[in-house]
Amino acid sequence: MSVDRRRFLTISAASLSGALLSACNKNPERAQKLLALAERGNQRVEEALFRHTAMNHVSPSAPIAGASFPKYRISKTVPIWDTAARGVWRLEVSGAVRRPLSLTLDDLMKLPRITQKVDHFCVEGWNARATWSGVRVSDLARAAQATDDAQFVDFTSFDEDYHESWDMASAMHPQTLVAYGMDGYLLGPAHGAPARLHSPVKLGYKNTKYLTRVVFMPVQNGGYWSDQGYEWYGGT
Amino acid sequence: MATLVKRNHWVVRLTHWVNVLAVVIMAGSGMRIFNAHPAFARPGERFPLNPWEGTPIPPWLTFGAWLGGARHWHFAMMWLLVLNGLVYLGFLFFHGEWRDIVPRRGDARDAWEMLRFYLFVRRDHPHQGKHNALQKSAYFAMPVLGIIIVLSGLAIWKPVTLGFITALFVNYKWARFVHFVAMALLIVLALVHVFMVFTVDPYSLRAIVTGWYDRARSPEARNARPFYHLFGSARESTAPREVPPA
Repeated sequence: MSVDRRRFLTISAASLSGALLSACNKNPERAQKLLALAERGNQRVEEALFRHTAMNHVSPSAPIAGASFPKYRISKTVPIWDTAARGVWRLEVSGAVRRPLSLTLDDLMKLPRITQKVDHFCVEGWNARATWSGVRVSDLARAAQATDDAQFVDFTSFDEDYHESWDMASAMHPQTLVAYGMDGYLLGPAHGAPARLHSPVKLGYKNTKYLTRVVFMPVQNGGYWSDQGYEWYGGT
Repeated sequence: MATLVKRNHWVVRLTHWVNVLAVVIMAGSGMRIFNAHPAFARPGERFPLNPWEGTPIPPWLTFGAWLGGARHWHFAMMWLLVLNGLVYLGFLFFHGEWRDIVPRRGDARDAWEMLRFYLFVRRDHPHQGKHNALQKSAYFAMPVLGIIIVLSGLAIWKPVTLGFITALFVNYKWARFVHFVAMALLIVLALVHVFMVFTVDPYSLRAIVTGWYDRARSPEARNARPFYHLFGSARESTAPREVPPA
């Protein structure tokens, strides 16, 4: 069948108005399907573009946010690790690993330390600079001997039921840290003490504060914000 | 005398209307995303270039209902915007229509004469080709703004992975500002365009739907300014006429 110009235009107009209709909440399910398809496609593009050599560069002379660095959390009050009730805080590194780890803050600080001034990109549109000190997640994976089954990593927190899972490539980026220091001081309770995940390669909502567990997994298990409709990938 | 001409190729007409859809959704969802942090300053800093720091866009102008929803729309519709733009620009290039909008010597003078005409300083409509010089510069500026918007958009979508694009705009904060300002300029141009269509040349609507345009009703033929000589067709010529043979 040949499609002449008039027919082509009729078909185009029909499909265009179809897209418009679904955009107008008349058929939100169809729009949702279209958006979900686009999100999957975008994630594939983002993963294909992702490089461990593509780093966030912040000039050494650039000012840091300091006291203005936004303080955010899930629970109503600032989560503070209660040693009396829960014992000494430990970071558990487990899942698809040959040597599960359980590290105290002192153990963590004995591992190779990275100090980096990087951006923090919030999904809301602001970015803030801070100098973070901590251990690369890739070093933790090496220490725990993550297996081939480790395709994703879940970062759990003691801030309510907050957690976010990541793709392995982003977690292994050299700028992805389990950070215990911020601007030269040990992390304060407002910023996720005793340790938090911090990386410029993911939006802020993927960077778990008040970290308790790093679990390597063969599948991803969503996350606090991703489950509410924000993109699971959330890469920058 | 046949004054009816085919003015717009179907590729131009199709990409024009797809662009209307894409730009409306992109601008609406973009403004909803902006409203999650309606400022350009980083926390603790100031941004004196924007006198409305912290003031959100009125919600009725936005699209996508919430931040996550608007982001989904924005990152889905960006593909339509970019593909459509590439088809349009590719067509302009290969079909030669770029000559209708790319500025050339003399356009500045012609634009000045058009301005004088619109401001009633000059009586008669300057002679023009397909578009008048003001129109031409607007139609040229739109794809240029589009390219700036797409590049600055990539810069804030992937500020680490595509950090070299972000660096073109200095950094994330400035890329976000450029993205917003270019969007605002594009919307202003589009609104002026729609205003001029309805107040100067409503006959061009036919040309952007079916492609056909009646030259006898062109603004030049009608000596039309906004709201002036909206109806009617070619005026009687005021040029001296020879005495007809007896």
